[in-house]
Amino acid sequence: MNQYETVFIATPVLSDVQLKELVGKFRGTITENGGQIVHEEDWGLKKLAYPIQKKSTGFYYQIEFKAEGDLIGKLETQYRRDERVIRFLTFKMDKYAVEYALKRRSQTAKKEEE
Amino acid sequence: MAAPSSEIRYLNPPTVEVKKKKYCRFKKSGIKYIDYKDPEFLKKFLNEQGKILPRRLTGTSQKYQKKVATAVKRARHLAILPFVTDMFK
Repeated sequence: MNQYETVFIATPVLSDVQLKELVGKFRGTITENGGQIVHEEDWGLKKLAYPIQKKSTGFYYQIEFKAEGDLIGKLETQYRRDERVIRFLTFKMDKYAVEYALKRRSQTAKKEEE
Repeated sequence: MAAPSSEIRYLNPPTVEVKKKKYCRFKKSGIKYIDYKDPEFLKKFLNEQGKILPRRLTGTSQKYQKKVATAVKRARHLAILPFVTDMFK
């Protein structure tokens, strides 16, 4: 069970209902195939550094999850099939990345408490 | 007629380049993972055009330079950092 982190950008023309449904779809593919979601983060609408498919903004969504290696193939075919997702990136987190993510999460949690 | 040795006078004294010992800031500060998600930190390793600075200028060791390079390339892929730009600093 390795830990992965995936970020995808959805087209800005989506309403938030469609966006929730899109995120639910990817969350479903992870949990159904035996993955556990560790952490999710919605960065919301952000300006892109360069236009992708003639759009200059996009909804960023980040999911950290633990899964087997073969699940990544399924997840990425889902990304490629869905035309609402204009860009995605998944990578395996090494132990320093996991440690860094934990530290960052505890910091943001602490900041929210203050 | 041989010019006297002290003939050449410079406008201002030639400043000899003091050799600042470069060090790898990651080893010194103990950073182990370079996050591709915060552009502010990565911008320190890019020049004005958005290109990655070479090790001889930043002085980082090869191990961390590779981590910086992969982080920058991931950020570029996700449009967090531009591939090429002008004066974005």
